[in-house]
Amino acid sequence: MNRPPDEHAGDEPARLGRKREALVCRSRTLQAIRQFFHMRDFLEVETPVRLRAPAPERHIDAEPAGAYFLRTSPELHMKRLLAAGYERLFQMGPCFRRGERGPLHHPEYTMLEWYRANASYTEILDDTVALIRHVVRSVSGGSVLHRRGCAVRVDADWARFTVSDAFSRWADWDPVTAYDADRFDVDLVEKVEPALRAQPVPVVLTDYPIAAAALARSKADAPAVAERWELYIAGLEIANAYSELIDAQEQQRRFEACARERGAAGLTVYPADRAFMDALAHGLPPCGGIALGVDRLVMLLADAPTMDDVTAFAE
Amino acid sequence: MYTASDLRKGLKIEIDGAPCVITDFQFMKPGKGQALYRCKIKNLITGATVDKTYRAVDKIDKPNLEQRDLIYSYQDGAHFVFMDNDTYEQVLIDEEVLGDQRYFLVEDMEVEILFHNNNPIEVTLPVFIEKDIAETEPGVRGDTATNVMKPAKLDNGYEIQVPLFINQGDRVRIDTRTGKYADRVSKGF
Repeated sequence: MNRPPDEHAGDEPARLGRKREALVCRSRTLQAIRQFFHMRDFLEVETPVRLRAPAPERHIDAEPAGAYFLRTSPELHMKRLLAAGYERLFQMGPCFRRGERGPLHHPEYTMLEWYRANASYTEILDDTVALIRHVVRSVSGGSVLHRRGCAVRVDADWARFTVSDAFSRWADWDPVTAYDADRFDVDLVEKVEPALRAQPVPVVLTDYPIAAAALARSKADAPAVAERWELYIAGLEIANAYSELIDAQEQQRRFEACARERGAAGLTVYPADRAFMDALAHGLPPCGGIALGVDRLVMLLADAPTMDDVTAFAE
Repeated sequence: MYTASDLRKGLKIEIDGAPCVITDFQFMKPGKGQALYRCKIKNLITGATVDKTYRAVDKIDKPNLEQRDLIYSYQDGAHFVFMDNDTYEQVLIDEEVLGDQRYFLVEDMEVEILFHNNNPIEVTLPVFIEKDIAETEPGVRGDTATNVMKPAKLDNGYEIQVPLFINQGDRVRIDTRTGKYADRVSKGF
């Protein structure tokens, strides 16, 4: 449902008591994630939560906070650190997206992002496979995740589908040859994601149409395709990775196009992040990065159907 | 018109001129994509169910619905006659609209009727109504403890399961949501 649950109002100790197992699972997950990155020499950073200029995205709305906005992602600040020579960075903390509320969405949630200099979405995938295996082993002692009666083996070889393959197979068209944003979103939710639910291993959906990847680099040998992948486990979208766009002029064009589209749709147009554009102009090394929804990973580890189940206070 | 952000479980909408109700609702948002609203929708006239996905920009028709409290008067063949106590207007409702609820109508009873473009589409009876048992096997005295049931008939032919102690002529309370016996109101002669 799209409303905060209030049926237990007045009985908070009992409601929170029932969440003990899920909250223990969340705590162990956070610990295992931090342990993984510290073992691999990643620097844990904290970047501002209040921003003047949130990362522009056509379909993501930022929560206003006085003269600022709450961050929808720490992405632009993390890239400024990469531009300054930091090579392996991770951050885990709250992000905010206005108006997103459902069984798989909270307007305030926990995001894990990590970045590697001199790497692409391929190295980020290697990290992700190792991270998920490490976290599942640390938290559950095993290698299987559960959701709604489906079991997913994270230690087996992961499945990989290009967007072209997946859509041709389950939705009867290829968004890479002729992109249609509306049809893409609807078919992804109605046809492709349900098909991924039945996969007994994690699925990497890769090589998105360039129009569906605002901050990703295009493939050298296939300019219509962006180096972007998404991880699905039991049909649940867990993470989004890019070979990051480092071309300042191309980034400027995409931000401007995004601002035009948001303006035309009557949405808030966010100010440009000058410091980020300066960093990009100064030179960002080739890099890969990823954003992973920690609450959803906890849902899988706790075999919990909704985000409310793994969050102490779902306001 | 409704916009997609108005959608929620229980909301009544109109699709291609037909009044419908949303029976299930889920907010979805594929990575980097737009917000989508997945709905299960039931046609209030045919009862047929469909799945539909709305986008944030979609507009959804608002049905012209009106709820009125009317008094049940009498049956006239396949029609049931109701009266508006304020205007004295008579409203005829077909057997199909009422379904099994027609067996639970009691003269002078007030019922809620939902109209779509002035056509009655849904009738809501009081939760409990009282009816006399017209026909059943003689009751077993004293047997009020067991859950064993036996068939009985109302004067309109509706068959209902009642406890063994119920006799012909007893007045019973019936839950109109389930069509099942609730308890005994009074004993007959």
